Amino acid sequence: MQHRKTALLLSIIPGLGQFYNKQWIKGLFFLLLAVSFFAVFGDLLNMGFWGLFTLGTEVPRDNSIFLLAEGIIAVIVTIFGLAFYYINLRDAYKNGQLRDNNQRLHSLKEDYRNLIEQGYPYVISGPSLFILIFAVIFPILFSFALAFTNYDLYHSPPANLADWVGLETFFEIFTVDIWRSTFFDVLAWTVIWTLVASTLQVSLGVFLAVLVNQKDVKFTKFYRTVLVLPWAVPGFVTILIFAGLFNDSFGAINNDILAAFGIGSIPWLTDENWTRVALILMQGWLGFPYIFLVTTGVLQSIPDDLYEAATIDGASVFAKFRHITMPMILIAMAPIIITQYTFNFNNFNIIYLFNGGGPAVPGSTAGGTDILVSWIYKLTMQSSQYSLAAALTILLSVFVITIALWQFRRTNSFKEGA
Amino acid sequence: MLKDMKKQKFFRLLITHGILIFMTVIIIYPLIWTVGASFNPGNSLISTSIIPKNPTLDHYRELFAGKESLQYGAWYLNSLKISIFTMLGSVISVSFTAYAFSRFRFKGRQHALTLFLLLQMIPQFSALIALFVLAQILGMMNSHWLLILLYIGGQIPMNTYLMKGYMDSIPMDLDESAKIDGASNTRIFLQIIMPLSRPMIAVVAMNGFTGPLGDFVLSSTILRTPEAYTLPIGLYNLVNDVMGASYTTFAAGAILISIPIAIIFILLQKNFVSGLTAGGTKG
Repeated sequence: MQHRKTALLLSIIPGLGQFYNKQWIKGLFFLLLAVSFFAVFGDLLNMGFWGLFTLGTEVPRDNSIFLLAEGIIAVIVTIFGLAFYYINLRDAYKNGQLRDNNQRLHSLKEDYRNLIEQGYPYVISGPSLFILIFAVIFPILFSFALAFTNYDLYHSPPANLADWVGLETFFEIFTVDIWRSTFFDVLAWTVIWTLVASTLQVSLGVFLAVLVNQKDVKFTKFYRTVLVLPWAVPGFVTILIFAGLFNDSFGAINNDILAAFGIGSIPWLTDENWTRVALILMQGWLGFPYIFLVTTGVLQSIPDDLYEAATIDGASVFAKFRHITMPMILIAMAPIIITQYTFNFNNFNIIYLFNGGGPAVPGSTAGGTDILVSWIYKLTMQSSQYSLAAALTILLSVFVITIALWQFRRTNSFKEGA
Repeated sequence: MLKDMKKQKFFRLLITHGILIFMTVIIIYPLIWTVGASFNPGNSLISTSIIPKNPTLDHYRELFAGKESLQYGAWYLNSLKISIFTMLGSVISVSFTAYAFSRFRFKGRQHALTLFLLLQMIPQFSALIALFVLAQILGMMNSHWLLILLYIGGQIPMNTYLMKGYMDSIPMDLDESAKIDGASNTRIFLQIIMPLSRPMIAVVAMNGFTGPLGDFVLSSTILRTPEAYTLPIGLYNLVNDVMGASYTTFAAGAILISIPIAIIFILLQKNFVSGLTAGGTKG
């Protein structure tokens, strides 16, 4: 039998393959690592996988949700264990192969140096990866898993157990009338909101940047400072200020401004459509300065010769804008513009802080101006429909990722064509 | 002909300034109004005017009066602490990761980049229940450090992309000639790459600082007692408290946080812009 196969087979118990290759210290290292892996994580793995499959069997001893969390941690730990196991197998096989070809094996020192050299990127990005797994990946996996359980107010610890129900929640979203109509209402408003609010803030930002950047405009420094103010003041503060300004009965917009023009009170916070108008205007106010700042940077990097040449050719102001300024801005800023849209799609703060997603809609868990994320938040925090919220999270993620990937592809090809 | 052009220019400038003055009013009005409200006596906004008839400092005093449900000073310090540590943590972890992605071709690199791209599109707080359960399992409800860790995690995917894009534009020749001179990877990173990435570091630092300040969801899930609150939760509760909502006290609190931050932003905006613009072209 060839050395590589023997070493590989022996390595089924980590370390033995390395012993066979006469790499004693490395073998001992692998063996110790494997033993300590099971010593440390044995209980967690045992408990975790049992919990993951059953979600608990006895009340009140078992808490389905904690068991699910431990189960997911067990899965993550297992993946790391398997990766280590794979490295162990590969190392035994590779060294066996070297022996088959009658080549010299690396000494421990050489191995160590190799590890440091090739491992450098892993070592420096390791801590970030750990935080990412802990703070982002684990929660997302957990949330996705919840979507396939029946966890809600009536199936929650300590009094009750939750259970796996497969795709039932997803079917219910599309078959139960009230859920389906709410889902499509919220989705429609989310899409409209994203498109209108983002387009407004982007075009306002670009437009104002072009205006201020005209060569013969005075006080540009003053205007630039004023126009970035909405970006400089923390967003949650301004949203709450606007909530006061737009208040139906005591807000300054109804009482001072509209009254001055002789217009009667507008039900900003109690009529769905007026709340939507207010939200879009506010997002325009909040969002344009960022685009304004970046566009100003882009505009200042466009060489003057282009405009001078165009002037000599007799181009009008608008022709210059359409054929020089606009394409330059679009090419340079495509990614930033796209992020504005994905940002607003998930723009929870403005919706929730302004009017709590309201006004309330009778018989529905979502308010008149709730977008998907704020609806998910309400389902979780207010009506305890956890599995429904989790299923919606999956639908939302699929939706955003599909559109974003499609967009990124388009802009990339657009860039290459330009 | 010449007169025509002059006339045209006059109208163009007239319209330009008209629009800009209109925008200035729209931007300044809510801000001035808040300043006015904070000096108005009483709790409601009904009698509020921009220039108060009987200006009072009561609301500013109330912020620091040490009421059980209104611990403005503590919230302020909590917010500062969380923002600063999130900023430091994100800058460190993002720079290292971006350096690895930009300069090394290692196994799993492409997969990791795709993963980062996907992760930045799923809002972190849609996994709210998980974070809540996590905090309970770890016994870290009300813990600022847990929150900081979660914020740093949330900052990593997108900012790594920005930073990697920026580092990609730094010529490789610089690394290589330093390597020939015998510099180690870490030295190249600290002495060549980092100083040249300064504009993007400013952007990442800004994102790290403002992220926690703009977050309401994660913090309200994990921080449950008034003395652990951050400013967003504290001020939100002040406005929406059923028993004693006070817009005027909120206005005073809003001003004390907004003015220093606005000044810092306006002073530093040049540093952000070059990074942002570069980030735009590189993706």
